[in-house]
Amino acid sequence: MPLLHAIQKDQGLLSNEAAEWVAEKLGIEPINVLSVITFYPFFRQHKIGKRHIRVCRTLSCAMAGGAKVCDTMLSEFDAKLNDVSPDGEVTVEFAECLASCGSAPVMLVDDELYENLDESKTKEICDRIKTEATGA
Amino acid sequence: MAIHPKEQRLILKYADESGYTPDIDCYMKHGGYEMLKKAVGMDKQAICDEVKNSQLRGRGGAGFPAGVKWSFVDRKSGKPVYMVCNCDESEPGTFKDRQIVHKDPHQLIEGIMISCFATDCAKAFIYIREEMPKGAEILNQAIKEAKEKGFVGDNILDSGYSCDIVVHRGAAAYICGEETGLIESLEGKRANPRIKPPYFPAALGLYMCPTIVNNVETLCNVKHILEMGAEEFAKIGRPNNTGTRIWCVSGGVKRPGYYEVAGITLGELIYDICGGPKEGREIKAIIPGGSSMKILKNGERFKGKNRDGSEYDWGIEDIPLDYDGIAAAGSMSGSGGMMVLDDSVEIPVALANLMAFYSHESCGQCTPCREGSLWLKKITTRMVHGEARPEDVDLMKSVADQIEGRTICAFGFAVAWPVQSYIAKFEDEFREFAERHSKTDVDRTAAKALACNH
Amino acid sequence: MEEKDNLITVNIDGQDLQVLPGTNMVEAAAMLGKEIPHYCYHPKLSVAGNCRMCLVELGMPGRDRATGEPMLNEDGSPKIMWMPGPAIGCGTKAAPGMHIKTDSPKALESREAVTEFLLVNHPLDCPICDQAGECTLQEFSSAHGRGYSRFIEEKNVKPKRTRLGPRVTLDDERCVLCSRCVRFCEEIVDDGVLGFTDRGSYSTLTCFPGKELSNNYSLNTVDICPVGALTSTDFRFKMRVWFLKESNSIDFESSVGANTVVSAREGKIYRIKPRRNDEVNDTWMTDSGRELYKIVESEDRLTQCSIDGAPASAQDAIAKASDLLKNPSGGVAIVGSGLCSVEEQFALKAIAESVDAKGVYLVARYGDGDGILLSADRNPNTRGALMTGLIASLPEEQLSALGAQIDSGEVTTVLAVKEDLIAAGLTEEQLKKVTLVYLGAHRNDTTGKASALLAGLTQFEKSGTVVNQQFRIQKFNRVVPGPGGAIEDIYALASIQANLSEESFPSTVGSVWKQLGAEGTPFAGISFQSLSDQGQLLDGSAFDGLPFREGKSLHFEPKGEAVAAE
Repeated sequence: MPLLHAIQKDQGLLSNEAAEWVAEKLGIEPINVLSVITFYPFFRQHKIGKRHIRVCRTLSCAMAGGAKVCDTMLSEFDAKLNDVSPDGEVTVEFAECLASCGSAPVMLVDDELYENLDESKTKEICDRIKTEATGA
Repeated sequence: MAIHPKEQRLILKYADESGYTPDIDCYMKHGGYEMLKKAVGMDKQAICDEVKNSQLRGRGGAGFPAGVKWSFVDRKSGKPVYMVCNCDESEPGTFKDRQIVHKDPHQLIEGIMISCFATDCAKAFIYIREEMPKGAEILNQAIKEAKEKGFVGDNILDSGYSCDIVVHRGAAAYICGEETGLIESLEGKRANPRIKPPYFPAALGLYMCPTIVNNVETLCNVKHILEMGAEEFAKIGRPNNTGTRIWCVSGGVKRPGYYEVAGITLGELIYDICGGPKEGREIKAIIPGGSSMKILKNGERFKGKNRDGSEYDWGIEDIPLDYDGIAAAGSMSGSGGMMVLDDSVEIPVALANLMAFYSHESCGQCTPCREGSLWLKKITTRMVHGEARPEDVDLMKSVADQIEGRTICAFGFAVAWPVQSYIAKFEDEFREFAERHSKTDVDRTAAKALACNH
Repeated sequence: MEEKDNLITVNIDGQDLQVLPGTNMVEAAAMLGKEIPHYCYHPKLSVAGNCRMCLVELGMPGRDRATGEPMLNEDGSPKIMWMPGPAIGCGTKAAPGMHIKTDSPKALESREAVTEFLLVNHPLDCPICDQAGECTLQEFSSAHGRGYSRFIEEKNVKPKRTRLGPRVTLDDERCVLCSRCVRFCEEIVDDGVLGFTDRGSYSTLTCFPGKELSNNYSLNTVDICPVGALTSTDFRFKMRVWFLKESNSIDFESSVGANTVVSAREGKIYRIKPRRNDEVNDTWMTDSGRELYKIVESEDRLTQCSIDGAPASAQDAIAKASDLLKNPSGGVAIVGSGLCSVEEQFALKAIAESVDAKGVYLVARYGDGDGILLSADRNPNTRGALMTGLIASLPEEQLSALGAQIDSGEVTTVLAVKEDLIAAGLTEEQLKKVTLVYLGAHRNDTTGKASALLAGLTQFEKSGTVVNQQFRIQKFNRVVPGPGGAIEDIYALASIQANLSEESFPSTVGSVWKQLGAEGTPFAGISFQSLSDQGQLLDGSAFDGLPFREGKSLHFEPKGEAVAAE
């Protein structure tokens, strides 16, 4: 798994070639690597937007309005759930409990956790992402 | 966050103080690593005995006595013994280990090192969930600092004992919190839990060697047990429920968050510390220990006989906030992740939300959980979308009964208990919901948002 | 290898049973004739414990916690502490005093539950699924299922009819994720190409893109798949299994002698599957061995006897053959075959003596052994020829010695059985020099030159025995009748021998054994009738000095140094 993390960080996804490479290095079959890649939601074989947005959907965040946060994200970027946004900047996904239920609703933007979200805070974060996207 | 007066901070004593930082200098200024220094001069069995006598119970969910777990390790085979720190923290409602790892990582490291020394482990692993990337960085940095000072790695404090800690990042799977699932994941495979027997970690764990899997909070407690002694530690809380616990409260309360407490009731936590329900709302139900545990209905009476023969008759607020107390109320304290459902939450929709969670996280190995969890998700989703039938409630209960106890790991219970308890305690609400939502002109937006099934 | 003192007592449904400690409880129950239904468990594979179908109630004798003394009932019997939840039978190893209940209400409920769950996402494919009639899911659903469905949701959709490999078709919707195929490929063949992708109920069996399940044991996964997820592409849609008549046979591909079951209907063979023999092939066989049934209807099949190229009746051809062998112009040589049965080789030996044969040959066939169930010796019955005395040493791959005998004029007449002499190294000129009598089932470069050509039968059309690399004699049974113009080989040889010796010679497989199994012979005491379907190990020590080429394979260790056939 550390190998897969490293490759995904570098290449943005785990291609079948990468899987074969890992298999050879570790002396296992490529299917064993693919098996692991497809088991864990974090490992992906498709490209995503530049920023990876994960909004928690499990009970406490849902009760606090997690769905609304996701809707806001999607509309701010005119994106569809799980797809790359038209400007290529974000992919918005739901994630399961992110272990920060006391400050629900929460979401991860890449490695950064944003807590106690509401519509305005969410919009702020979107603005910041857009600003950072222009290379500021 | 300010510490509430009803808290009793032991583990998170300094973590929230302003100016407290995760680096080793700050930790040592507060007396850090003194216990490790003491430990390496002690007899290993003596440390294990202290932990046993302290009656420390696991803080990860099962609540198994840690000292007893340590004593199960197979010492006859000659294989190396491994220590695994379970920092997967994926049980919905739980967020205590996050605090420890991000704010006071050295406490965990010291706890791990003392435990490894006491159990003569060859190597330690911290399995941290992928969604805590900063946590992994912080831990790696802390381990580096600790190594520089000789607290981790070769010849620790000139004791002759060597043990390294490796941080292993997960990849977003709840089942990695299950101890054998975690071990499989550490070995680089799908996190399929193993059948027990024969694969008890104490005998055949990581790389088929004897392994101890402990929760973050449990390992942190080891240092404090050594510091104050088992007897003093055992005075905190009550017999068989010793030490403090970090409770995580979320949902319909004024002040959700984490609170380290001992010896209080559920009511004191929810009403005093957390401020009770939000303005204009009433508490409908409480899930005491993470979403896998049976729900407690507000207004229900919890009656029974204590071990000494005396009887108890509690309202939800009277339940002692510990392992035995919540167990006596018919649920489990689990991972300490308490979710409060107020009257804005419709129970069937909450169930739909959870069934989507469990069906998504099921590893798929064994038949009842794999098929049953998805079936339950499909039924509850159908309910939210207004196509429930009268027999669905009985069907769900039957399906849950069929899963319970028949699976490889405790995930089966985790799927079944919410269904069984929600239906048992809120059956009328289910039937009423099904009826109301089967009408065509009902607005389902709120329900769909809460169920959040995609 | 049983140590009687070692046995422990377990109790199954109230009945005591003595077993070796550590015996799998599913096997233990089978000893009492009880079937604990299961999908993922297989006696020759590791225990996975994931289907949960074998859940039973489990109890152990209780021990008092304080004193450690066994707890007793009022009548003095050990008090059994029953586990609160069911336990899987396949994952439970016998321990002293263990009690299980396989048919209690709890056990039955568990089975009903698991069956219901398996059917929840299983497609309603029975009408079009090859497995119907031999499908474990069908059997257990009717035996242990609820009988009606409560599932009204949409079933999962997964890839259907994918080509997993050249001989195996995969239907992922039918797959119950028992992982037998995955474990088989990893553990038995060491070709771990199969695995699961995705998670939960969406888990899917697959190969890595670009790789396929193509090893020479791929069809065993089809055999062990409890449902119709893995199916044989060759057999697909050809026949409903309940119309098939099964006959026990032996694989002729090599000296391994894998036990097989051949399925046929109305004279046509549809498939070959392995038959369990724990001493020879467990429950496996090669894919290539399964192809052999195609020789029955191959284009080069001899369907008619002939004399000097002109069609003749079998009786006439036999008479002609006998005449040629009785009145040769010079010496007679015999080329027998490692493909002949023991009975046929015995008759050939008798003929060899009658004609005072100047040379008796077999043609050796070698290939690479794969270490599992394909040995280096590609003749199934070399050892039969040795034990009947037809030959005394291992045959050569080429008939150069015979060629020399022909060139020198020593041999003028050759009786060849089942072997293409040209392919074995004789030249056209050499063949022209001899009078040839040929008995075999297929045309080849030699058969055209035979003065008396006897159309014989393949191993599927007659019965007999062969001796494998372990010196185990095993019997194969007739599956389908041969072509009308062909003659049973043992009958043809016996008739020739009778003509040569002017004494009768037993002409059926059954009657031959009166002589073959007589006292003092290597086969003493055996008869075709009484020979077990699992074969019988013979004493081959007389041949210990011979340089057999077979290397290690499943259930076989070569005695001496195997000649490396790399």
